[in-house]
Amino acid sequence: MANLKEVRNRISSVSSTQQITKAMKMVSAAKLKRATNAIIQLRPYANKLRDILSNLSASLEESSSPFIQEREPNKVLIVVVSSNRGLAGAFNANVIKTANQLIAEKYSEQLSKGNVSIVAIGKKSQDFYEKRKYNVIGNNNELYTSLTFENASVISEAIMKGFASGDYDRVEVVYNQFKNAAMQILVAEQLLPLPRTVQVDEGASKTDYILEPSQEEIVNELIPKSVKIQLYKAILDSHASEHGARMTAMDKATENAGDLLKALKLSYNQARQAAITTELTEIVSGAAALTGG
Amino acid sequence: MTLEILTPDKKVYEGEVTSVTVPGTAGSFEILSNHAPIISTLEDGRVTVRAGGKGEQRFEIKGGVVEVINNKITLLAEGVAG
Repeated sequence: MANLKEVRNRISSVSSTQQITKAMKMVSAAKLKRATNAIIQLRPYANKLRDILSNLSASLEESSSPFIQEREPNKVLIVVVSSNRGLAGAFNANVIKTANQLIAEKYSEQLSKGNVSIVAIGKKSQDFYEKRKYNVIGNNNELYTSLTFENASVISEAIMKGFASGDYDRVEVVYNQFKNAAMQILVAEQLLPLPRTVQVDEGASKTDYILEPSQEEIVNELIPKSVKIQLYKAILDSHASEHGARMTAMDKATENAGDLLKALKLSYNQARQAAITTELTEIVSGAAALTGG
Repeated sequence: MTLEILTPDKKVYEGEVTSVTVPGTAGSFEILSNHAPIISTLEDGRVTVRAGGKGEQRFEIKGGVVEVINNKITLLAEGVAG
């Protein structure tokens, strides 16, 4: 039979763990709400920008913007969006796995020549790739402390600069897309050169706008904006996914702790009952020995 | 006419206005009611919003683009202060 004191100790340790997981779940739920809000706030801006660009899409084809020129992908940059903290289930492991798969399948040749660079957003992917001696550029772990468009733009501007100057010929971003609190979809998408989303709405009649300063210049101005938005959206999505994943993981952990507590309490009571029974038997048999003489 | 000022982080302004002055790349210009459809990129600078009796409101924007169509102004700014 289990030792009473031992079981009592385990019960108190499991229940304090349960308190922690429960608190973490609540914190994540609150943060998830804020993170999804940020995505919703971004949507009108992103949609409008896309509308304007698609209105000008005819000139997109002949635009001289460097960010839409396809090049032979000799040098590749992968942006891996993870989180700073763990305890979010397989959240970080999954995104790193997907990135590694992408490298192995599409860019193994570039990798063997040492032409694959990594921009890690979040401590988890940073640590992973630094430990494995990948060419990790910069350190973006501070981003999550204040996740704003301005701060995210610093990263996308650096990436665009590298792309324009020929440091990389292709940039892909790997992240968890937010579906709902319990579901994340792993996505690898091309950030640069900007994929041409040719969705010409045949039905929609194009308005004749006055364009200032010129169609060409507007397009050249808007393309970098749309790249920034794409990366920012990926980071926001990943941020919301992180909290969703953590909430689910902590909910499961709290549930498991509950099950464990139940089993422990059962065995505690059994041990207690057995001790009482033994004591009673001892008293009764003691008394019987005295009277029976 | 209605005006919307959007940034990636939030909606800064939404409402009826009588005129808006924006810092266009090709020079600052004012948008009044029934302005012809226009798309213009914007420089860093000041956007002045005049709304009927409510006086003036100013926003310092950090680059962007403005679209005017059918008395609906949409201003996308990368950042807004005050």
